[in-house]
Amino acid sequence: MDTSKRWLNALVPGLENISDKDYADAMTLSGTKVENYKRLDKNLEKITVGEIVSIEKHPDADKLKVCKVNIGNEIIQIVTGAGNVETGQLVPVVLSGGKVAAAHGDPKTYEDGIKIKKGKLRGIESDGMMCGIEELGASRDQYPEAPEDGIYVFNCEGSVRDVKPGDDAIEKLGLRDTITEYEITNNRVDCYSVIGIAREAAATFNLKFVPPVVPETGNGENINDYIKVTVKDTDLCSRYVSRAVKNIKIAPSPLWIQDRLIASGIRPINNIVDITNYVMVETGQPMHAFDYNTIRGKEIIVARANDGEIFKTLDEAERKLDKDILMINDGEGAIGIAGIMGGENSKITEDAETVIFEAATFNGTNIRKSAKRLSMRTDASGKFEKGLDPELALYAMNRACALIEELGAGEVVGGCIDIYPNPAVKKIIEFEPESYNRLLGTDISKEDMLGYLNNIEIEYDEKNNSLIIPTFRQDLNNDADIAEEVARFFGYKNIPTTIPKGSNAGLEIGGISVEERIKNTAMDSLLASGYSQIMTYSFESPKVFDKLKLLKVAAARKTVEIFNPLGEDYSIMRTLPVNGMLTSISTNYNRNNSNVKLFEYAKVYIPTEDKNALPTELEKLTMAFYGNGDFYTLKGDVENVFESLRMNKRVTYKATSRRPFIHPGRQADIYYGDKYIGYLGQIHPDVADNYNIDTEVYMAVIDTETLYDYASFDIKYAGIANFPAVKRDLSLTVERTVPVGGIEAVIIEGGGDLLEDVKLFDVYEGDRIDTGLKSVAFSITLRAKDRTLSDEEINNTMNNIIGKLEAFGAELRK
Amino acid sequence: MSTIENKIKEIRDRVTDAIKNAATLEFLNDLRVKTIGKKGELTEIMKSMKDIPKEEKPKFGQLVNELRNEVEELISSTTTRIKREIRQRQLEEETIDVTLPAKKSERGHKHPNQVALEEIERIFTGLGYKVVFGPEVEYDYYNFEALNIPADHPAKDEQDTFYINEDIVLRTQTSPVQVREMEKGKIPIRMIAPGRVFRSDEVDATHSPCFHQVEGMVIDEGITFADLKGTLEAFAKKMFGENTKVKFRPHHFPFTEPSAEMDVTCFKCGGKGCRMCKGEGWIEILGCGMIHPNVLDRCNVDRKKYSGFAFGIGLERIALLKYEIDDMRLLYENDVRFLKQF
Repeated sequence: MDTSKRWLNALVPGLENISDKDYADAMTLSGTKVENYKRLDKNLEKITVGEIVSIEKHPDADKLKVCKVNIGNEIIQIVTGAGNVETGQLVPVVLSGGKVAAAHGDPKTYEDGIKIKKGKLRGIESDGMMCGIEELGASRDQYPEAPEDGIYVFNCEGSVRDVKPGDDAIEKLGLRDTITEYEITNNRVDCYSVIGIAREAAATFNLKFVPPVVPETGNGENINDYIKVTVKDTDLCSRYVSRAVKNIKIAPSPLWIQDRLIASGIRPINNIVDITNYVMVETGQPMHAFDYNTIRGKEIIVARANDGEIFKTLDEAERKLDKDILMINDGEGAIGIAGIMGGENSKITEDAETVIFEAATFNGTNIRKSAKRLSMRTDASGKFEKGLDPELALYAMNRACALIEELGAGEVVGGCIDIYPNPAVKKIIEFEPESYNRLLGTDISKEDMLGYLNNIEIEYDEKNNSLIIPTFRQDLNNDADIAEEVARFFGYKNIPTTIPKGSNAGLEIGGISVEERIKNTAMDSLLASGYSQIMTYSFESPKVFDKLKLLKVAAARKTVEIFNPLGEDYSIMRTLPVNGMLTSISTNYNRNNSNVKLFEYAKVYIPTEDKNALPTELEKLTMAFYGNGDFYTLKGDVENVFESLRMNKRVTYKATSRRPFIHPGRQADIYYGDKYIGYLGQIHPDVADNYNIDTEVYMAVIDTETLYDYASFDIKYAGIANFPAVKRDLSLTVERTVPVGGIEAVIIEGGGDLLEDVKLFDVYEGDRIDTGLKSVAFSITLRAKDRTLSDEEINNTMNNIIGKLEAFGAELRK
Repeated sequence: MSTIENKIKEIRDRVTDAIKNAATLEFLNDLRVKTIGKKGELTEIMKSMKDIPKEEKPKFGQLVNELRNEVEELISSTTTRIKREIRQRQLEEETIDVTLPAKKSERGHKHPNQVALEEIERIFTGLGYKVVFGPEVEYDYYNFEALNIPADHPAKDEQDTFYINEDIVLRTQTSPVQVREMEKGKIPIRMIAPGRVFRSDEVDATHSPCFHQVEGMVIDEGITFADLKGTLEAFAKKMFGENTKVKFRPHHFPFTEPSAEMDVTCFKCGGKGCRMCKGEGWIEILGCGMIHPNVLDRCNVDRKKYSGFAFGIGLERIALLKYEIDDMRLLYENDVRFLKQF
């Protein structure tokens, strides 16, 4: 929403004394947020109206002309290259020492404008410059009478600008104005209009709002003799107002209307079109005009379209309709899409004699959805979709008819068709000053409150202690709404600042949850191990599963699908936390970052059988790296995470090849005690290829939920061993395929309570041993807490271990 | 003077000379063994004492013992000297170039969102708030309806919201956690709810279809708009520095009334106006307001007794502004050269 400050000034006397900046700041603080404001005469200095009194050819340049220009009190010489100059033309002239906003044929913006200096063009003195419309920071959109290329001419055909040499050209072009752009929140439909903004401005600065006077209009005739209106679908059209104007005299609008439209970003066309646009900008109510002669059967029927119906709108495009689109029809067929665009068949042409004006209230949601389906969001639909006050329709209609008479643009036919089966009722809300003060934490007097409310046209019924809410404030419904109105004009900045006291009865002690503490502790361990945290999108492409070599029947391919994704690449919710990680690894690898270690806490979303139930959200801790390190480094990093969470049970690894995206020979399930808690391994080289990674990538995925189950913050000091430990080394020969983890498990079982530690210190396969076998060596530590171990105890334990190992198939190397 | 006396003198002169000139501990030890060891010269002399007259024995004994003590002391002091010399040489040999590069194990870095989130959590948990979470795939009811956003509201358009089906959406805000927390029926409440939210925005320098918010809510007896202002002003000063000023502007959210947006003085220029704040001097940081009566009613909170406020902070917005990150896409690319700066 943009408004002209000059237009507002006309409705709020006194506003002209307030600077642009003060206006913007105060309006923002009272709730009408000013996004920015722009002076139209910025960088336009010393620009006057000049009359070209003579033109001579430049002696040394074919394309240049030497003009004598009367600027009121003197005649100056200007050399120009413009092609359209003629004697007698009145043109804008920037005098030497003045400024223009832009350069001819140059799209660049000049923050400080361009200074014009006295100079010589090919040896001939030039004392200023004649300006084209673009040089004045404007465009032909606003000034259609301006030539496509050349100097702006005031006295051209179709111009209504009455000027004489020496006049302020900027003033005469209506550019002594400021355009303010607002961010209007969608609850304030009324502020999408000059009147709405003016009302807020008046209340903000405590000035009087003077709305336009709308006199009675119409001749002795009766509209009902011209046309019949029927509204069939009143659910989509709560009010339909219609009036007729005959003896139309199409002409340019007067300057004041043109300037206000130009300032509002609307191009003036002719008086009839301009009046409908003007009323829309002023009141917020879109209007439409039909050529009466084209209306078949002299009747208007407002009804839903038929599915598949084709209709040509006035922009000459064919539109395919459906049964949820509301249409304006005549006796034989459609003549307009309600609230969106009129039809080609009924549009006003130069020879129109009589027009039928429409001001209606259409259902906002329906218009919004229809406009979207038709892909034709228009100025009108943009207004309707917010849900207009039906009271506005009649006001706007009468305002338009008054302008017709004022401008002499036609003869308004008497009477008005107004189909309004359920008139809007002014809401009544109890006036509760204590409640407002209680909610705001303020001590505002009742009188002050009523003063603020009165300024925005909320009346007080003292007898019933109630507030009468005008229909244009459909957003006001309860005490909190009124409290906000009071607060806005009392000033948010004047409300005190306090810290909640509250009752605090039964208030839980704050802080982060246990789960978050566990995640943070694990994160500390990961950071210490050199892993940096990443975040990736929750949605991805279903093609990811092929990239990860997942079987067609893989459970992970059952996903939560987004009905309206941003594209296939973001169309499913991830079921594996792998793709985001590998994509980030790939990004780093391909940017030549070395030794990269990353982790992510990533949710996966598992669909449930019941389509009406929410999917299961599970959090995974994903770790991956490339560069220094191998499978066993990753194991160490994983175990450090567990240790940081005091998960002191034994972590074991079972070789597996069940995940197709991990190397079949370098892949394991991780068990904490006997509970599965995740997996790790080297990314399958094929998958690495798919992600353009040409190195070994190791990755672990831990079920974060299991960390919640097993982590502990319970610390118990266990003492330091007082009695000596005994170390024994064992060297064994086993078949090559026997996993060391299995041998360890046998040693642990055999060692019983006395076994403190078992550490692998050598694995050997090679010449010195038979093929198919390998040698493994462990260092075993035995210790008792309460005594020094006797030789007998040591030997018994070692023999027990050896016995079990031999039963397992291992052979002791002597 | 007897031969023994002469001999002792001769030993003294020779041995003390030798000790004084000793260069190694080995040599010194050798000398000690040879002089006062079990088979050393002095021991031998003591053994020969049986041959001298009885009345002279004490005198000789004294002489020998004096010499023994003298030698021991001399050896001891010389040992100290030599050890000191050895240590000195060692120190000289061990001198290193302290300017050679450090050897360090690479530590990891938190994501900037995490850094910002932890700062926010620290402030609010310090004020007694608890941190709670809610589902990211959420019922339409919690995301919209219970928050006073009716079925035909523009925010529900498919162009803004990702739908799974008619009733289930990817939450567009963390506000549904307000409703879930109120439904638990335990008041008073002081909570923040950080989490991931989704909007149908194409990826560019300032938009991401997937981002994070931190919701906040307080419900108790007598909670006022003034409390909301005071709380958020305290937050802003902790988060952005004690000199930060705040400005509350009226705004509209369906689930709060009165509503406001809070601006803080630009943390780069301090309010003078710069490129970061687009010359305004102020930066919009969050939306807030008193919880709307319709929301309280729907969640069965007794409005006669309780009132509350709520606020929502865009985590990425804070991270981008506070750490001066100029492109939102960097947050999800995860280039370590970016991550290492946090």
